[in-house]
Amino acid sequence: MTNTDNEKIESPSDAEEEHEHPSDRKYIQIAIILGVITALEVATYFFEDMPGEILIPLLMVMMVIKFFYVAAWFMHLRFDSQVFTKFFVGGLVLATVVYVIALTMFEFWNKG
Amino acid sequence: MTENEHSVGTGLSNNKLLMWVFLGSECLLFGGLISTYLIYRSRFADGPAPGDIFDIPFTSVSSFVLLMSSLTMVLALSALQRGDYRNNRLWLLTTALLGALFIGGQVYEFTTFLREGLGYTTSPFSSAFFTLTGFHGVHVSIGIVMLMSLYVSSMRGNLRRESAETVEIVGLYWHFVDVVWIFIFTVIYLVPSPTS
Repeated sequence: MTNTDNEKIESPSDAEEEHEHPSDRKYIQIAIILGVITALEVATYFFEDMPGEILIPLLMVMMVIKFFYVAAWFMHLRFDSQVFTKFFVGGLVLATVVYVIALTMFEFWNKG
Repeated sequence: MTENEHSVGTGLSNNKLLMWVFLGSECLLFGGLISTYLIYRSRFADGPAPGDIFDIPFTSVSSFVLLMSSLTMVLALSALQRGDYRNNRLWLLTTALLGALFIGGQVYEFTTFLREGLGYTTSPFSSAFFTLTGFHGVHVSIGIVMLMSLYVSSMRGNLRRESAETVEIVGLYWHFVDVVWIFIFTVIYLVPSPTS
């Protein structure tokens, strides 16, 4: 291995992509978007006649958008190494699988 | 390093990587708790049902407070990265105060529920609810302790621009707690719950 290779390995800042974080103005814009989505979510509570087939998917979409904004912008996943995203998404996928298995199992047991 | 040895370095900050691995495992913890709640939410026995007892307007305000604390957290990091120590301390303190406000709201909510006859052992629903939201509250409280430690460290002059990664890592934890609440608020409170 050459000397140059050693330098590459031992310098963490090389692999950890130097990234520019967003400006304060951008953060405030994101917070406003999050606030508006939260207000829309809460507004659905007052529409008591809205059928569940529409309400639940609507709430889920708004929840996912909020999640995406916080993870991508505030947690800097949009700018950081993809390794971090993989660890986080890995945990989320596993958690979802746990939920689906648990729910399926209880459904079977209830019918059993 | 010899020819046959492999590089084991990721080139990433170990501390940051460790925090992300931890957060990935936390997803499993909260995934399990949310699953348990969803399974038991209809089993309220003779006690109050979720649809009867939740105060959505009150919880909405708490949720907004926690959401905005994520903004103040990134502003604290941004200030430190610029070397603006005064604003860094201001935003750190604001974040901790917003977190404390959220916890205050949770204590009020729990007290109200207890007064209305919903104790920890009243029903499977109540146990699952208090365990889930209680665990989240403990996470917020730990976050407040970490924020206050950073604040004290900054007051002593030990939190410099070069150590911005420490604030970023605490920030990751704080945002994660916020993300979990985004899930809890929608799935537990806003999705229509059973009534008695």
